[in-house]
Amino acid sequence: MWDSEYAAQLLPAFLPAFAVTIGATITGFMLAVLFGLLFAIAGRSAAAPVRWASRSVVEFIRSTPLLVQAFFLYYSVPMLTPVAMPAFATGVLALGLHYGTYMSEVFRSGIDAVPRGQWEASTALHLSKRKTWISVILPQAIPPVIPVMGNYLIVIFKETPTLMAITLVELLLTAKTEASATYRVFEPYTIVGLLFLAVSLIFSLGIRRLEKKWSFGRENEKGGLR
Amino acid sequence: MITQIEKQWYDESAENEAGHALSPSLRPAGGKPIVRFRSVRKSFGELPVLKGIDLDIYPGEKIALIGPSGSGKTTLGRMLMTLEEPTAGTILIDGEPLWAMEKNGKPVRANEKHLQKMRGKVGMVFQHFHLFPHMSVLKNVTLAPRSVLKLSKEEAEELAVAMLRKVGLEDKLHVYPSQLSGGQKQRVAIARALVMQPKIMVFDEVTSALDPELVGEVLSVIKEIAKEGQMAMLLITHEMEFAREVADRVIFGAEGLIVEEGKPEQIFTNPRSERLQAFLQRFL
Ligand SMILES: Nc1ncnc2c1ncn2[C@@H]1O[C@H](COP(=O)(O)OP(=O)(O)OP(=O)(O)O)[C@@H](O)[C@H]1O
Ligand SMILES: [Mg+2]
Repeated sequence: MWDSEYAAQLLPAFLPAFAVTIGATITGFMLAVLFGLLFAIAGRSAAAPVRWASRSVVEFIRSTPLLVQAFFLYYSVPMLTPVAMPAFATGVLALGLHYGTYMSEVFRSGIDAVPRGQWEASTALHLSKRKTWISVILPQAIPPVIPVMGNYLIVIFKETPTLMAITLVELLLTAKTEASATYRVFEPYTIVGLLFLAVSLIFSLGIRRLEKKWSFGRENEKGGLR
Repeated sequence: MITQIEKQWYDESAENEAGHALSPSLRPAGGKPIVRFRSVRKSFGELPVLKGIDLDIYPGEKIALIGPSGSGKTTLGRMLMTLEEPTAGTILIDGEPLWAMEKNGKPVRANEKHLQKMRGKVGMVFQHFHLFPHMSVLKNVTLAPRSVLKLSKEEAEELAVAMLRKVGLEDKLHVYPSQLSGGQKQRVAIARALVMQPKIMVFDEVTSALDPELVGEVLSVIKEIAKEGQMAMLLITHEMEFAREVADRVIFGAEGLIVEEGKPEQIFTNPRSERLQAFLQRFL
């Protein structure tokens, strides 16, 4: 069933698609971190309307499927506004927004774990809110949640095939195109599966490393961190 | 939300002598109070914690605040540090309301900008230090001078080293808080608060979390700072010997009210109220 020669022929077609998938993963992840931080910080704003708005947006995005959001951004937004973005930009924005809402929950738990005394000491030292976030709170809130953030990196990676629905030529769409051209489905889809497996494993190993490094640092030099 | 008393304050003159809480015999000669509490109340939900506090603190004055647990001492200090908002009454710093401000000629609740400006005159050292665990000792002490006072790295470090020398820790600059003893942590916290050069500093039971053998080193640092004089101090403490030695004036609070105040000798050797007599009995 498995034809190695055909598989080898396919590889050049998968190379750019692989780059697109990885690019979408990393950009989507970075956007998710950014939106996650924004949602988490806005969700703790002293101004009630800001808090309320942030929580509503998060709730709304989380209650709708990524696929619907991607469709909306790709097909509906250009009809409603003069803004029309290419598939890649739309795709990573959808990933970023969607997973940003989950990431905000991760950051929220990290932020909640920073003792209240750290906020109070910052106030007593006259630090601005902004400086308190940047220099005191986030540096203590983020390191403990890095492993969970890493897990979302893998989730986002595995979710990239959704973007074939908005014509992004990533791995799965490439496989589908090849398969329909040759009527041979086995090799293309197997290659895609193996690629996903390999990259996911590499990501997990990296996260495991980070986790170890972090707990090491926590015990040995920054014992006060909880 | 603006309280009745704050409105009233706006109608009166800021210099109204009739509002003086302190009897003339205890008032340091000359000078206006740096801090004035006027009819300050604080409740947490249904629980009244402070029930009408009138207190003037003069520049450079060292005040010891003593009283039983739960009497509201910490709450009083936290309101001055803007960590807790009074339910009613006015706190004035240098004659300006802390928790209220003027907008279009009307008194309104203070916003963050106003609080940020006002709290520059106040500092606080906490029972549990609250050092920044992810920063070295030097970074802990230079963070605020650099960010708030906009000092250069060199200026801030020079100042920080001077303060750390004052608290006897100039050899710990590059150490992380977790590697310090409790007494050392608290001394770093004191240096960190001192570099901001507040006009008044609140010390909230700064030795209560320490092992008994470490209390002495922290108290002697505070005594040294007190001798320097310029900064007013509100020393919330259970260390009666220390209060007696350092304070210009001792305030005894119980159940949310100031029950008695006076010079240390009077408070400790000749307490007038039964409440204070009973309280001091426990420290004999
Ligand atoms: N944030 C809060 N929410 C609810 N109740 C509070 C809060 N902070 C303090 N209290 C209550 O207010 C009362 C006074 O507390 P406070 O800490 O000011 O007392 P204290 O005089 O400092 O006591 P101690 O000597 O034990 O430190 C206590 O009954 C306390 O439980
Ligand atoms: Mg207390």
